[in-house]
Amino acid sequence: MIRLILRDVTLAVRAGGGFGLGLAFYLIVVVLTPFAIGPESGQLSRIAPGILWLGALLACLLSLDRIFALDREDGTLELLATAPVPMEGIALAKAVAHWLTTGLPLTLSAPILAVLLNLPAPGHVWLAASLAIGTPALSLIGTFGAALTVGLRRGGLLLSLLVLPLYVPTLIFGAEVARRGAEGMDLSAPLILLAAVSAGSVALLPFAASAALRVNLR
Amino acid sequence: MSQAFSIWSYANPTRFMATTERAVPVLGGLAGGLLALGLIWGFFFTPDDYRQGATVKIIYLHVPSAMMAINAWAMMLVASLIWLIRRHHVSALAAKAAAPVGITMTLIALVTGALWGQPMWGTFWAWDPRLTSFLILFLFYLGYIALWQAIEDPDTAADLTSVLCLVGSVFAVLSRYAVNFWNQGLHQGASLSLDKAENVSDVFYYPLLVCIAAFVLLFVALVLARTRTEIRARRLAVLEARERME
Repeated sequence: MIRLILRDVTLAVRAGGGFGLGLAFYLIVVVLTPFAIGPESGQLSRIAPGILWLGALLACLLSLDRIFALDREDGTLELLATAPVPMEGIALAKAVAHWLTTGLPLTLSAPILAVLLNLPAPGHVWLAASLAIGTPALSLIGTFGAALTVGLRRGGLLLSLLVLPLYVPTLIFGAEVARRGAEGMDLSAPLILLAAVSAGSVALLPFAASAALRVNLR
Repeated sequence: MSQAFSIWSYANPTRFMATTERAVPVLGGLAGGLLALGLIWGFFFTPDDYRQGATVKIIYLHVPSAMMAINAWAMMLVASLIWLIRRHHVSALAAKAAAPVGITMTLIALVTGALWGQPMWGTFWAWDPRLTSFLILFLFYLGYIALWQAIEDPDTAADLTSVLCLVGSVFAVLSRYAVNFWNQGLHQGASLSLDKAENVSDVFYYPLLVCIAAFVLLFVALVLARTRTEIRARRLAVLEARERME
């Protein structure tokens, strides 16, 4: 499993893996926001937590269809299915690799991009914390969606239609943590709920994803 | 045949077709009759509400469709579970057949709610928890139906949509509470509950019950009719495949 994670991370980081694409997309979303909203700093700082969360979510969505599609094309997925690792483990490893190449860079870059949107100073820490806790859930839900659509030729659009409604609770709690953090309010309730969503996803979604994978490889 | 009655006997498509052939017209007629009774009673023989005026009568469409929108998803969940556990094709097809009916009910609830909200709250739409969770439910239905249509092999499609329905149910419930947490609402609490204190008044209550019964029957009749169509479509596909083989 660890080898699989390392392999996926290496493939993603090397040329053509699309590693930087998500980050670049995130940067562009953040840069475009003031053009759409207007440059007043008060207004920007009010919407900053929401935009930063939404941008991270969409950037995460971009790379989802790569999770299984390439391995499916060259037959690696069939080999993995016959490997002495349970399918659930493969799904989890894929999700971890996706998080390491998408969720983690997004989390680390969010406080820097937050400067552009004039997020109040105490918000930076909580934004990073909420993304660090919330993005694993995004990766796991996305892995489940990718497993559902791996057999389809043009699954990309369908994948977003399936995954985005599932992202609702994570987005609500995550953005709420970031917002309350920026305004210096008590944020323990949404933080705990966000962690619960993530922990539940880690515990349950690998099983759902592997069930979908088995059906698709039949 | 002294076979004990069991719901599982309807897993046999032939048996299902034979029974529903007689059941669908009866259920459909009953639904139509009750709907006519409930709506006419509700629209013409109940007084206007003292604050809401005549707009209160939207309740006869709004509440039943909203209830069925949720119940349809619950029925799909049960049917999906039956398919995953016992592999009865009729069950998978019933889940497939229920989805368009469910999304229509969701849409009716959303539209009648918007029409009701305009005169009462002064706006067609507010990001109220109940409204928002219905919109999310609508998106879940969309994804479910889209997944059915995207996959060609019927068994694969049934498996994958069932898994999606299970995971989706968990997240739909989660979204419901997340949305509650996120915003306090304009919408009133439950219109119908065992706790009489917050019920609607009796004048509206009985025609509303009739309408709800009508919507339940309508839903059952539509789902059965659509399941019959799906079974026939499946048989047709088999016949065509056989013809190509020869």
